[in-house]
Amino acid sequence: MSVAPQGRTLLPVVAHAPRGVGHLRGDESFPDAARGALADTQLRRNLGHATATIRDKRAKVVGEVDDWEALRTAGKAIKDHTMARLPELLVQLEANVTAAGGVVHWARDATEANQIVTRLVRETGSREVVKVKSMATQEIALNEALADAGITAFETDLAELIVQLGDDKPSHILVPAIHKNRAEIRELFARTLPGVDPELTDDPAALAGAARQHLRERFLTAKVGISGANFAVADTGTLSVVESEGNGRMCLTLPETLITVMGIEKLVPTWTDLEVFLQLLPRSSTGERMNPYTSLWTGVHPGDGPQSFHLVLLDNGRTAVLADETGRETLNCIRCSACLNVCPVYERAGGHAYGSVYPGPIGAILSPQLTGIEDNASLPYASTLCGACYEVCPVKIDIPSILVHLRAEHVEAQRETRRIPTPEAISMAAASWTMSEASRWEKAQSASRAGRLLGRKRDRDAGRIARLPGPLAAWTGARDAPRPPAETFRQWWARTRGSRS
Amino acid sequence: MTDRPRVALLVTCLADTLFPDVGKASVSVLERLGCEVMFPAAQTCCGQAHINTGYQRDALPLVRGFVETFERFDAVVAPSGSCVGSVRHQHAIVARRFGDEALAQRAESLAARTYELSEYLVDVLGVTDVGASYPHTVTYHPTCHSLRMLGVGDKPLALLQAVHGLQLVELPAAEECCGFGGTFAVKNADTSTAMLADKMSAVLTTGAEVCAASDSSCLMHIGGGLSRLKTGVRTVHLAEILASTEDVPAGVA
Repeated sequence: MSVAPQGRTLLPVVAHAPRGVGHLRGDESFPDAARGALADTQLRRNLGHATATIRDKRAKVVGEVDDWEALRTAGKAIKDHTMARLPELLVQLEANVTAAGGVVHWARDATEANQIVTRLVRETGSREVVKVKSMATQEIALNEALADAGITAFETDLAELIVQLGDDKPSHILVPAIHKNRAEIRELFARTLPGVDPELTDDPAALAGAARQHLRERFLTAKVGISGANFAVADTGTLSVVESEGNGRMCLTLPETLITVMGIEKLVPTWTDLEVFLQLLPRSSTGERMNPYTSLWTGVHPGDGPQSFHLVLLDNGRTAVLADETGRETLNCIRCSACLNVCPVYERAGGHAYGSVYPGPIGAILSPQLTGIEDNASLPYASTLCGACYEVCPVKIDIPSILVHLRAEHVEAQRETRRIPTPEAISMAAASWTMSEASRWEKAQSASRAGRLLGRKRDRDAGRIARLPGPLAAWTGARDAPRPPAETFRQWWARTRGSRS
Repeated sequence: MTDRPRVALLVTCLADTLFPDVGKASVSVLERLGCEVMFPAAQTCCGQAHINTGYQRDALPLVRGFVETFERFDAVVAPSGSCVGSVRHQHAIVARRFGDEALAQRAESLAARTYELSEYLVDVLGVTDVGASYPHTVTYHPTCHSLRMLGVGDKPLALLQAVHGLQLVELPAAEECCGFGGTFAVKNADTSTAMLADKMSAVLTTGAEVCAASDSSCLMHIGGGLSRLKTGVRTVHLAEILASTEDVPAGVA
C-alpha cells in the first residue's frame, strides 16, 4: 500500500490524480457553471463584498512591510529549491518524523490516501474524528471515504462546518463558505445545529458562539484528530498548521491519535525557512499581521499531546506537475488564496464554477495539472490573463504564463488525439497562414470589408454592427462591433506616403 | 535627417484593419515630436491571439515574421500594451517551445527595443507635453497588459495631464480588468459581460464624455458595451487624444 521512494527518483512517475475519487473535477465546463453563478444576484453580492474586504485588508498589511518584495523573492527561491530537491527532502522528512516517534505513510493517490487514513482510524476503534480545515483532505474526498466506512468526520473550522452542515461544497481556499452571507448562515444554524437557541441572531459573534457550543463536546470526546499541514520542515521533522480560530490547536493537541494528510509539496528544507513563510502567509491570506494560532509539532512526546502521530504524504498527480518544467512552480503555492481575492473572474463567477476544490487562478492552473488537462480543459481559459494574481502571489507564481502554457498543452494534445481538427483549430491555422504573408493579409482585410454591409443602415451609419454571424455572435450578444472602415491603415499609408519603407 | 529618431510603427493587426485612426494618430504624434516614422509593409500580426488561445505552433511563423520584419530598426513602437507585452514576454517562449534558440535570442534582442507608445514618448523621447489639445472630460482605463506586463505605471496619465484643455477624472477601480481577454470575450462571454458591466458602471460614475485607454482591443470591448447601451460615452485611444491639436482636432492629418 505504501510506496517508499528510497533508492529511486520520483520524477519518472507521471501519474495524474485518478478519476472517480476526490474533488478535482467538476460536472460541467467553467463557462456553463459560471453562467448559473453569474445569474445569482445574492451570490454576486456576497462575493463582491467578501473579496473586496479581504483584498483591502491584504493591501493594507502588505503595504506596511518594507521588505515585502524581498520576502516574496525569498519565498519563491526557497520553494524553487525545495522542488528541485523534493525526493531527497521527502526522504529526510520521513527519517526525522520517524526518529521523533511518528509514522510516515506514502500515498500514490487519493484512493491510497483514503485507504490508509480509514485503516488508521479503524485501528483506534473510534467511529468519530475531528478535523482541522484541510485542502488535501477535501481534494481526496476523505470525509466521504470515512463515511463509507461508517466513520463520522466533524469539521471544526467555522466556515468548513457551515459547508458541512449545509451539505454544500467549499468555494474558496481560505473561506470555504465565502458564498454565504450571515443571514444565510443564521438560517442554516437554526435549522441544523441541535439544541440551538431559537433566538439566535445573525451577529457574527453569536454565530461563532453557537458553533463553538456545538463543537466543544466533539473536541473533548474525540479520540482521533485529522489535519492537513501548511508546512513540513525536512531537517527537523516538524509539521505546522496556522489558523485563526483555535479549533486547529484543539484538534492537534487533545486527541490521542493525530493523522496529518499532506501534499508532498508542502515542504520547506529547514526550520529557519519558516521565518519567511510565517510572514508571507497571514498577510497574503487573511490580511493579518500574524495569524492567531501557529501550531508546530515534532513526532510524539510522552504525556503531552497525541501519543500516536501518522503523516500521510500524498502525491495524487503532484509528481506529474513536478515533471513539467514550466508548470512546476504551481507546486510553490502555499494556499493563501490572495489570487482568488483579486481575481475579477473569481469575484464574479465564484468558486463552484471551477468544479475543483481549488478555485480561482491557482485552481485554474493546479487542477488541470493534477488531473491531466483533458479532465479540466476549460479551466486554463477561465482567465483574461489580466495578471492581478501574479502581482499578489507571495511566492511569485507566474500564473498568467502557466495558463498560456496549459492552453498550448491542451491545443497540442487535441492536435494529437483528434482525427478532425476543431473549427477553432482550423480558423487559427488559416489565420496563421494568412498572416504569414502581408499580401495574403491584405486580401483578407479587403474581404473583411464585406463587414461594412452587415446590419441595419442606421447602425452602419453610426459605425457599428449590432449582430455578428457565427461564433462571433457571442461578442454581439452584449456589445456592438465596430463597422470596418472604408480604408485600412496600410492602404492609407500607401496612398499618402507612397512606398516609404 | 539622420539625427532624427527613426521608429518603425507596429500598427497592430487590429488597428490596421478596424481602427486605422489609431495608427494615423500614432504617426502624427511621433512625427510632431520629430521622429522619422517608418511603416514596414511586411508586418501583419504579433501572434498574441494565437499564443493566448494556445496555438503557439501557429504563432511561430508570425513571431518569425515579426522578427524578420522589424529587426533592422532601432526602435519599434506600437499603440498597444498587449501586443508589446506579447513581443516582450512571449515571443522568445514560443521560439524555444519549438526548439528555435536562435530565433528566441533574436526575439529577445528586438523585444528590448520594442515600446508601447506612452513608454516611447516618456522614457525614450523624454516628453510628457506632446503639444496636444483636447477640450473634453476624459477618464482613463489602464489596460492590464500595459499596467502589469509592461509596468507603464502612470506614464499615460502624465501624458494626458499635459494635454491642453483636457479634464482628467479618476476612474474608480481603474486597475480592474475590463473583461476583454481576447478569445475570453467569446469563450467566456457571460463572465466577460459581467466584468464589462462593472467597468461601464465605473466609467459612467465619473461623468466623463470619453473613456480612453492604450489598447484598441479593450476599447473595442468597452466601447462596444457603451454603444450597445446608448450611454453617450465614447471610447478613444490615447494616441488619438495625443494627436489632437487646436488646428486639427481630430488629430489626423
